[in-house]
Amino acid sequence: MRHAQPRIRAAFSLAVTSLLVISLITSQWWLGDSPQQMQFDTRLAPPSVHHWFGTDALGRELWARTLAGLALSFWVGCLAALLSTLIALSLAALATLSRRLDALVSLLIDTLLSVPHLILLMLIAFALGGGTQAVIIAVAVTHWPSLARVLRAELLQLRQAPYVRISRALGKSRWFVLYRHLLPHLLPHCLVGGLLLFPHAILHEAALTFLGFGLSPSQPAIGVLLADAMRYLSGGYWWLGVFPGLGLLLMVLSFDRLSSHLRRAL
Amino acid sequence: MLCVALVSFGLMMASPIDPIDAYLGPQMAQISPEQRELITQRWGFDAPPAVQFGHWLRQLVSGDLGWSHIYNQPVSEVIGQRFQRSIALLSGAWLLSALLGFGLGVVAGAKEGSALDKVISTYAYITASTPAFWLAILAVLLFSVTLGWTPTCCAGPTGTLSQDVSVATRLHHLVLPITTLALLGIANITLHTRTRMLELMRSEVATHAFAQGASRMDVAWRHGLRHASLPAVTLAFASLGELFGGSILIEQVFAYPGLGQATVAAGLRSDIPLLLGIALFTALFVSVGNMIADTLYSVIDPRINVSGT
Repeated sequence: MRHAQPRIRAAFSLAVTSLLVISLITSQWWLGDSPQQMQFDTRLAPPSVHHWFGTDALGRELWARTLAGLALSFWVGCLAALLSTLIALSLAALATLSRRLDALVSLLIDTLLSVPHLILLMLIAFALGGGTQAVIIAVAVTHWPSLARVLRAELLQLRQAPYVRISRALGKSRWFVLYRHLLPHLLPHCLVGGLLLFPHAILHEAALTFLGFGLSPSQPAIGVLLADAMRYLSGGYWWLGVFPGLGLLLMVLSFDRLSSHLRRAL
Repeated sequence: MLCVALVSFGLMMASPIDPIDAYLGPQMAQISPEQRELITQRWGFDAPPAVQFGHWLRQLVSGDLGWSHIYNQPVSEVIGQRFQRSIALLSGAWLLSALLGFGLGVVAGAKEGSALDKVISTYAYITASTPAFWLAILAVLLFSVTLGWTPTCCAGPTGTLSQDVSVATRLHHLVLPITTLALLGIANITLHTRTRMLELMRSEVATHAFAQGASRMDVAWRHGLRHASLPAVTLAFASLGELFGGSILIEQVFAYPGLGQATVAAGLRSDIPLLLGIALFTALFVSVGNMIADTLYSVIDPRINVSGT
């Protein structure tokens, strides 16, 4: 029983996360255009049976907007995490090819880590002129160092493994070894690493958007919703601030739990 | 540092936002192409990027960070003033989160599996995934709007000069931002310290101590503190960057006129010299933090010789 419990928990968190993901992916079909639909007779309505999360200053349904925002965050997070993993993998692979490249990659990692994440994100998003693409790139470019370090260490260790040395001794090229022997070994690490990046990516996307550097204010992103809520804070319209953030928290938490379960299983 | 300078300068060069447009603002339409040309020459924008970078770097070394057009002050002055206000927020939150985080971690680790441990761990996991600005919004909603305990914004009452604000009022305005910022920083240190304590409790040192009749709290106090303090100190200094990032968001929510707010303003209104200055400054800040952590290493644990490695 003591061994079964973590498994049950892992399965539970997998179930919750997949349910969330499925509902988010399909949300754009069953939500339709309700996140953008304005109804001026029900402006700033508090949560009730008709308006689950209440409505905003333009009479738009907050629960539809929250869900749409989460879906948006999900896609941005997915792309950013994927891109970031790719960067980490390719740089880690490059670093193991030669000593000089290794020093270069280390220098790059140190440079990136010495500027606070958020400042760097703002700089990059600013340089790219904002928008969805800029956010994805900014998040991807800033989140790879930790994963790259793990992968590099793993690669260095793997390189000493007998089958790799035999393969090298048989005259296979570096690229062949990398491709056939090392990459398959690294894929699980990449998967878990990417999944671990995902919550961070979402949080940073929301923060960036909240500050006004990210997605455009016309999109129903969580950061936009919360920035809107800021303006109505002193009027006591609590639902505007509470629900979008709560949604984001639940999404991040579910992915965080899932990825840490997976990491333990690895 | 040089790398940071190079990277951030490169990013600014790549920016599609024309610095002259940003500088002129609404007057943009009133200016003739000839005048524009003149400004470009005067500011040296017609030189190739490498020359511009060299020029900027030379100024940097002589201590001139440039002129901030949104505050109409030299960048170094803006940063100095803003940082003075931010440092109260940052240091308060930092101390609070380090001490509280460490304490909670030790307690949770010492009593593994107890109800207290579960509460602390759950709390740490949840705050680790909470968006900083959302927590700040909730705090404003609850304590400022609903309960009315603390002011909703700024570093002092609106309409008064900063010299006239008393220390007590200042603190009153700082309480909520500091607490919010600290609450978020705690999680990391707590989880890390807890892991370290678990390690210790399973080690032979602990078994020996238990055999001699020591209680769990005794062991935690005598051995655990030393065992776990080293990584906690490192983490506390290493998290300075994250703390600063958090302060940007918190300052934005509380409208606290610190460095974080200046960063956002600089970015949104294309004040490139200021943005560059802040990026460099925070990089320096973080590097100093890491350096202190390294030095403290050898003070806490004399076995580690930093200079030798």
